[in-house]
Amino acid sequence: MSNSVTPGVPVNPGPGGATGPDRAGQDGRRPTIEIVNASLGRRYRAERRFRFIGMSAVVIGLAFVAILFADIIGKGHSAFQQTYIRLTVDFSAEVIDPEGRRDPAVLRDANYLKLARDALAARFPEVTRRADKQALYGLLSAGAPLQLRERVLADPGIIGTTQEIWLLADDDADMFMKGRSTPVDIERGSGLASLVLVEGDEDNQVQVRSRANDFSAILRDLADYREEGRAPNPGSAPESAPSPQSVPTLESDLASQEVLGPDLPSHLVAINGGLVKVERATPSAVIGTLLKPLTSNVDAPADQWEILRFATPENDRRLKDRVVAWLHDLGAAGDIEKRFNTGFFTQGASREPELAGIAGALMGSFYTLALTLLLSFPVGVGAALYLEEFAPRNWFTDLIEVNINNLAAVPSIIFGLLGLAVFINFFGIPRSTPLVGALVLTFMTLPTIIIASRSALQSVPPSIREAALGVGASPLQTQFHHVLPLAIPGMLTGAILGMARALGETAPLLMIGMVAFIVDTPTGFLSPATVLPVQVYLWADSPEVGFVERTSAAILVLLAFLAVMNLAAVLLRRKFERRW
Amino acid sequence: MNAIAEDITRMTGAMTADDLAPLRDFSGTVGDFTSPQARMICRNVDVHYGDKHAIKNVSLDIGRNEVVAMIGPSGCGKSTFLRCLNRMNDTVPGCRVRGRITLDGQDIYDKQQDVVPLRAQVGMVFQKPNPFPKSIYENVAYGPRIHGLTNDKSELDALVETSLRKAGLWEEVKDRLQQPGTGLSGGQQQRLCIARTIAVSPEVILMDEPCSALDPIATARIEELIDELREQYSIAIVTHSMQQAARVSQRTAYFHLGDLVEVGETSQIFTNPSHKLTEDYITGRFG
Repeated sequence: MSNSVTPGVPVNPGPGGATGPDRAGQDGRRPTIEIVNASLGRRYRAERRFRFIGMSAVVIGLAFVAILFADIIGKGHSAFQQTYIRLTVDFSAEVIDPEGRRDPAVLRDANYLKLARDALAARFPEVTRRADKQALYGLLSAGAPLQLRERVLADPGIIGTTQEIWLLADDDADMFMKGRSTPVDIERGSGLASLVLVEGDEDNQVQVRSRANDFSAILRDLADYREEGRAPNPGSAPESAPSPQSVPTLESDLASQEVLGPDLPSHLVAINGGLVKVERATPSAVIGTLLKPLTSNVDAPADQWEILRFATPENDRRLKDRVVAWLHDLGAAGDIEKRFNTGFFTQGASREPELAGIAGALMGSFYTLALTLLLSFPVGVGAALYLEEFAPRNWFTDLIEVNINNLAAVPSIIFGLLGLAVFINFFGIPRSTPLVGALVLTFMTLPTIIIASRSALQSVPPSIREAALGVGASPLQTQFHHVLPLAIPGMLTGAILGMARALGETAPLLMIGMVAFIVDTPTGFLSPATVLPVQVYLWADSPEVGFVERTSAAILVLLAFLAVMNLAAVLLRRKFERRW
Repeated sequence: MNAIAEDITRMTGAMTADDLAPLRDFSGTVGDFTSPQARMICRNVDVHYGDKHAIKNVSLDIGRNEVVAMIGPSGCGKSTFLRCLNRMNDTVPGCRVRGRITLDGQDIYDKQQDVVPLRAQVGMVFQKPNPFPKSIYENVAYGPRIHGLTNDKSELDALVETSLRKAGLWEEVKDRLQQPGTGLSGGQQQRLCIARTIAVSPEVILMDEPCSALDPIATARIEELIDELREQYSIAIVTHSMQQAARVSQRTAYFHLGDLVEVGETSQIFTNPSHKLTEDYITGRFG
């Protein structure tokens, strides 16, 4: 260019500027600076576009992760708590040990179920009907008698005494206490409420009247519920609420009353220590059955009584309103409580959600992964070392290398089939055991470890090898004294990432029988076991509502382990990374 | 021709003329490539990297208590030749070495020859200081330890101290022997590498541009050291700096495109080169 830019003169004339004829080159071509300036805007726009796309991708990705975690945590956090019911249990000697010999065999086989049921029946003496009793006994978990047995076996001295014991509640009660059964809204009454016992052929009928038309909320609620199309409209639409000034009598309201069936949201009135299940409602009064006896018949002032609303109709719930009334009673007395669910971490699998824990799956995962690491790390590192540093370079080693890379992409279920065919059917290794699981997972993680180890070896500078060889170290000494220590952080990172993948692997383990329902916590490499992700799979398949939260909680535990392992990989790399 | 063959027989002692491969024409090299007290004798060395003919029929001796400098433009094969002398080229895939190289009469490319003792006898200092990422002490002690040169800890300590003293590094590092060798300055690292090399008591030390990564003061320090080491070792040094070759070496070999163009006394090469290429290189016409 003949017209070079003089130093000191602004170089960038800006868009549209300095395009005068004096800047044109002598050969008639545009000066470079103009061409450059003309394209600058386009270049920067392209960059901005790219940055924007990148940021959007990050934001969208993070949003999905956030949604996932919010969902899992929202569903799963409640599994870390478990409902317990406090009962006064009479460890009657006649039931447990009628002969008084304290024989452990007798103590073990005693009828603890009866103890638990007797305690429950004693707590609710008003429950007399057979069907009601069955429902009442359903409040306690199948694990409650086992709790009692453990107490007795641990200390036979309590036989003949009466003890207050927190017993495990059934999963239906647990779900209700956690609000999974139905959402519960509580509204305090705003007017003076009076009680009128209804005389008639049906006992336990009671009428509650409010001075402030508190019950119009029930009618609105039902109307809303019908509007959403979840229940059919009754023959006559409810009339508009009368003016609040007048206090109508029930008789005059009867025309506008609502009848609450089991297909509509339930409403209960808690008043004077009793609980009324609303069956007919008008804005100012309700008629219903007493689910729990009143302690007095006096008028209840405003704020001293409540309307409980259960949004899910009784027919759509496993827990009926009378059972809820007992739970309400226990709650009012402080006899029901959610505690930290230690059983979730100490118990094995169970058909009962409240008894199911992840201990078995955790131990299974531990044994399987420990063995996988033990098998795959030395073999993987050795293979990488040999292929990278010792093997001759020819078509055969090239073929091996290509196949190792391909193996990393083989669907994991194929490794499961391989394990089934080779380890179980040919070698006869017992199925469902951590041993066979570890062998299959070793196959699966080996390619990952070999590839990571080879790249770790490649990243060791050749000058270190030369230095070692230069003082007369043999090739093996060079590798083990100098190259391997420098490559080990990278290899460990690869191994941990491979392990993390193995920890989350389900498909190949289904093939080798680790999907079985195993109650016992595995005690070794040869006892039948299952692993965490398979446990998640099994629970996700279970129909009980109680398993939903447990599935999410197990996923949380699994994710926590994955996070810890990945963190360990990062920390190991930081700690052992050496500069040279 | 015959005179040369007799010379070789005389110098190698153990070998007869029949043992040596039929000598080819040495007319490519100007000057006397032999040394009166030869330690290493190289004859008709050819090196191929795959298809590339990197060293063409080079013969050169490295004598007792002398420093042989190898100079030449980049890619002329001087480093390749140096790496033939302790068989470091073995680690390069596709590298083939032909010809005959002996150390004290023993053919180092013989099938019987193990490279591990060879490299203990022929030490090497590299272009870039490459201490092990270990302590200063461990860097020096590593060679003696793997070869089992010492019987106990105190002997090893003494050997480490002697080696560091010989390398002129002892005073600077004696209080921090357990600190990493990679924490030293570039010049110190290079002297540590020299200490590491002489700790295994080699007979020949090969230096591949040992000062190219160092500043002038560190370079001067290393050059002094080379001069001191000459009293005990034979040294072959590859250098890009003609001044350095002139300062430290007794004999200089000029390589050009894989050929050994000229060998001679350093003073003669730098003041009165015989070959046109040598002259052009030394006077700075190219290179």
